Amino acid sequence: MSKFYIGIDIGSTSAKTVVLDENKNIISRILLPTGWSSKETSEIILRKLNDLNFDIGNSTIVATGYGRVSVSFANKAVTEITCHGKGANYLFGANAKSIDDNDLGVLSNNLLIIDIGGQDTKIIQVENGNVVDFLMNDKCSAGTGRFLEVMSNALNLKMDELCDMAEKGADTHISSLCTVFAESEVISLIGRGEKRENIAFAIVDSIVKKVCQQAQKLYKKDMKVCLTGGLSEFKYISDSLGKELKTKVYAKEDGRYAGAIGAALMGI
Amino acid sequence: MADRHEMWKLLGMNIEQHDVLCSVLPGAVGDVFMSQKNRPKGMEFWDMVVADVHGIRPAELIEEQKKGRKVFGTFCVYVPDEVIIACNGIVTGLCGGSQFWVPDGEAVLPKNTCPLIKASVGARLGKTCPFFRIADMYVGETTCDGKKKAYEILGEDVPMYVMDVPQMKRPEDIERWAHEIALFAKKVEEFTGVKLTVENLKNAIHIVNEKRKAMQRVYDTRKNKTLPISGRDSLLMTQISFFDDPERCATMCNKLADELEQRVKDNVSVVDAGTKRILVTGTPLAIPNWKLHNIIETTGAVVVCEEMCTGTRYFENLVDENINSLEEGFKALANRYMKTNCACFTPNTGRIDDIKRMVKEYNVDGVIDCNLKFCCLYDTEKFSVGRALKEANIPVLQLETDYTDTDAEQLRTRIGAFVEMLSK
Ligand code: SF4
Ligand code: SF4
Repeated sequence: MSKFYIGIDIGSTSAKTVVLDENKNIISRILLPTGWSSKETSEIILRKLNDLNFDIGNSTIVATGYGRVSVSFANKAVTEITCHGKGANYLFGANAKSIDDNDLGVLSNNLLIIDIGGQDTKIIQVENGNVVDFLMNDKCSAGTGRFLEVMSNALNLKMDELCDMAEKGADTHISSLCTVFAESEVISLIGRGEKRENIAFAIVDSIVKKVCQQAQKLYKKDMKVCLTGGLSEFKYISDSLGKELKTKVYAKEDGRYAGAIGAALMGI
Repeated sequence: MADRHEMWKLLGMNIEQHDVLCSVLPGAVGDVFMSQKNRPKGMEFWDMVVADVHGIRPAELIEEQKKGRKVFGTFCVYVPDEVIIACNGIVTGLCGGSQFWVPDGEAVLPKNTCPLIKASVGARLGKTCPFFRIADMYVGETTCDGKKKAYEILGEDVPMYVMDVPQMKRPEDIERWAHEIALFAKKVEEFTGVKLTVENLKNAIHIVNEKRKAMQRVYDTRKNKTLPISGRDSLLMTQISFFDDPERCATMCNKLADELEQRVKDNVSVVDAGTKRILVTGTPLAIPNWKLHNIIETTGAVVVCEEMCTGTRYFENLVDENINSLEEGFKALANRYMKTNCACFTPNTGRIDDIKRMVKEYNVDGVIDCNLKFCCLYDTEKFSVGRALKEANIPVLQLETDYTDTDAEQLRTRIGAFVEMLSK
């Protein structure tokens, strides 16, 4: 029976699992909400893997993300920063497998990864799959996925709807960086009768500016910038980041699995 | 361990609150220190002191006070212990390193004050630390703005003397510091009733120099590839040296150094070969703040040096013992103390030189530059420190934290990723 490499990335909002075969091809993806207990989530993942007939005993399992220590059946735990680096290199590096046939752009092993997570945003500089530097915002939820979530709730929109609307908006700004204050700003904009498109624009614009401010600290001209994490699927976000950084920002559907892919690769 | 409640009561402490602190400390000490393997035997002394940290030394201080000696509480490594010791006074450090004291500090200070200041003020006003009760006089300094203003508040509750520390290190500033030390000496003479003489100053300089040399000896053993002591144990030694009698401190450190030197010869290391060696730099780690060291050393790396006030800044550089007058003595003191590099000064490029030098001396793989939240000075200096280290190809991780445990997992992730990065 063949051997599998399984990566489990338990983040603050969702748990991503990826199974690689011996040729490093992705043969399975599992996406679950993390819920209240990473321990329970990891048990559900184990059951699903069993249901899918992956021989756990003959696989190497690596856990990453906030809940990495809760995955009791993992062979080892590695931080999400290292895993995102490895995973992004797999998706975007010079030897990337063109799985979803996206435009891979320039071939480069010199990557700058932007991962907007639920609880924190990471900027990771990667050379040949190895992390050489990284930054993480830590002070609060400003500039994280949580910020977008709170704001889209205030507008009663889903993420994709928010992006669609933002594309049609312009010229409105949120000045506050703090999620709590920004939320009341949004509410007063709604109260003032500002167009929802413009408010949506202001919300995305705010987080893009905040994230790029961080990214600028590590960004150099020769780097290929890639967006990973749950927001990878929203083209408007990667395009806006690119506009702000004045470079193309690459994104792929599998971007949200970057951490899990990296974890799986760490087992090889 | 003796029951200290009677003593604490006589000190006017808030016994109920203090019992809460006493009940959590042993657990913390056990988790952080006793869980380590292969510790040097010499650590038994510091284990004993920390187990009874609010008993053993306070009781000694009270005995000395009964003989008429005065206890001076200090908050900064620029305050010259020598002057106090020369006049038969006793110095004790007073910096608060626990979240336990922070709420009482926040009762009078803005929330966005650094936790070290909040804890120090809280320990006094909340009456939950015997050292803060025992000290007859507090000696402050004009280093950072937070401390300056906090001293005004503390000064309403306890005799307070503030030394005017210069903010630059031009020759005239060093001269001014010598003069400031002379003024302080007058105050100390007045307070202790003991006249400062060339003889007793010379003797005090010698005592403190011997303590510095002994601490340096311990740190020197950490430069070896064979690492005979953990960062946590070294930090504990340094933290307690602020409270201990300087002569006993020197004796104990020398004893420990003997053992550590022997360990190096015998190839006894506290970590596996190849464990990544970290230098930590930044704001002080006042006792019982062991958070950073504990996370680093339970995340697969080890701390080999602290470029901090609770570290090399405390004991590097000696005072010239060759003095023939008090004036020469004050100058010698000023010269030594102005070699310490704190972010309160501008410019402070000496700190960057120190870090780079120590990276070589201590065979360091990576630097962790960490400041306490709301310490504007060290936070701002991160920019030039980070840039200089990157230019020198020294990996650096820059962090900010406080005394709570809320960010422990985030720190563990970052430090873990940093260690993984160094392991490539
Ligand atoms: S960091 Fe600066 S102000 Fe604080 S104790 Fe050290 S020298 Fe003094
Ligand atoms: S850590 Fe910074 S803010 Fe706090 S007392 Fe020291 S210099 Fe002042």
